[in-house]
Amino acid sequence: MEDCIRLEYDVDGENFASAGNASESVKRTLKQLGVSPEFVRKVAIAMYEGEINMVIHAHGGKALAEIYPDHIGIYLKDSGPGIADVDLAMKAGYSTATENIRSLGFGAGMGLPNMKKYSDEMTIETAVGVGTTVYLRVNF
Amino acid sequence: MEVTLKTVVLDSEKCIGCITCMRRCPTEAIRIENGKAKILYDKCINCGECVRSCKGGAKRPVYDSFDLVSSYKYKIALPSPSLFGQFNNLDDPNYVLEGLLALGFDEVFEVGLAAELVTDCTRRLMQKNTLPRPVISTACPAVAELIMLRFQELADHLLPVYAPAKIAAKLAKKQAVARGIPADDIGIFFISPCPAKVYSLHREEVSNEKYISGVLSQSDIYFRLVEKMNKIQNPRKLCKCGYSGIGWGSSGGESNSLGLGNYIHCSGTRNVLGLLREMSDGKLEGVEFVEMNMCPGGCVGGVLNVENPFIARNKMRQICDKLRIPPATMEEYGLDESFFLWDKAPEPSTAFQLDPDRFAAMRKLVQVEELLKKLPGIDCGACGAPTCRCHAEDVVMSGGQPHCVKLEGGQA
Repeated sequence: MEDCIRLEYDVDGENFASAGNASESVKRTLKQLGVSPEFVRKVAIAMYEGEINMVIHAHGGKALAEIYPDHIGIYLKDSGPGIADVDLAMKAGYSTATENIRSLGFGAGMGLPNMKKYSDEMTIETAVGVGTTVYLRVNF
Repeated sequence: MEVTLKTVVLDSEKCIGCITCMRRCPTEAIRIENGKAKILYDKCINCGECVRSCKGGAKRPVYDSFDLVSSYKYKIALPSPSLFGQFNNLDDPNYVLEGLLALGFDEVFEVGLAAELVTDCTRRLMQKNTLPRPVISTACPAVAELIMLRFQELADHLLPVYAPAKIAAKLAKKQAVARGIPADDIGIFFISPCPAKVYSLHREEVSNEKYISGVLSQSDIYFRLVEKMNKIQNPRKLCKCGYSGIGWGSSGGESNSLGLGNYIHCSGTRNVLGLLREMSDGKLEGVEFVEMNMCPGGCVGGVLNVENPFIARNKMRQICDKLRIPPATMEEYGLDESFFLWDKAPEPSTAFQLDPDRFAAMRKLVQVEELLKKLPGIDCGACGAPTCRCHAEDVVMSGGQPHCVKLEGGQA
């Protein structure tokens, strides 16, 4: 067999309601594999935040989950505007979301900080005008 | 007595093998095999949705026979709050209590009264601030089962107190024994609005000290009770339960009685599943308490009721408005928190795991994903599983072959 299970998802950029579908599916998979609830919870929250970020800032993108026996790696890849100042974006409460999006209850500036908080490793590759790829790793 | 471990059984003569119940089942616990609906009991949470949706009445809820009551010398009835919403033109709940006594019970202990005590205990536990927020109500046993089956990551949010029916039984027994009635003579019968409560009380029977002797059905007792109630004039003032306890019979009653500002209540299988998903994604920040009921409208929507849930809820509200009895407190009944707290936490279910071994589970999952690519993904149900994914999982788990009308039709 392969050394890991790969699951791929399209994240629809126009739809807040469907954001979370990818993390929902990954969550279901992890439960079927018997991954303990505390880790499922971490993955769910971190990945959901990542999906929402792609919807808010980048008109959607792709989510890829690689499940290994001892950890999960999640790649959230978009072709959005990129992040100009990563350190600033990592600050709790900082957000470039529009008023419109804030009025929907999103864009509180907690997306990236929460993704870091609930993962064991996080890397961001970004270029302005090209896009962003966030890698999240959660160990089981 | 015999312990029932199934709450819903199939009348296979009436089952025509349609896929209605299979589609509605919130835990994918039904398959159609050889033209008949089959319940996978390890995935069943006893919610009663299949009973509700079966057009032919083929799904039969299991409960104890009323005849069992007469085998005890001292009989105590535990009516649930929702029972009071089942009668036309009922303006005084005391008719129901008198009716139950006329049916042969020696004593009636209202579950609504126990519910008020559970409210008092919950409020105290929440003030201590040690329970993770939001606290999730455990009054609906089907919701608690669903969490242990599909949302184990939320298990530490469950309110660790027994549901009102069990508390009512414990307290009724304690009081009866204190009055000198021999424990062996006491038969305590909960009159249930739903199969989930029948099941959960029967199961607790196995592991805990015996409080409940049997669980009756509201619909089974209804006509016997109405007959007795019609003969009653000027009932005594027996009712001890107030508006707060009666309110527990419909969705929102429990959370309302806690006097919290930031709470959510919701009911109905799809709504409950939706809210659990949101909670699992960490989206309910700031919410103190969540009350969920699998039945639409709360316990009044249970499949062992007679009246339409929304009509029943209105009737209960009319009764509540007249009841001026303040909520019962733990002091009044000389109780402390230990009387309410679980003896042990519920065990998580592994029914949805593909294999206890992680590597084996991963191998099976790869097979499921491969098979899914071949299936049409239209979830038509013709194969006897509710979704293509479910069918793929069944095939991988059983080592059989997929059978799909769409695929076979395409090949022909």
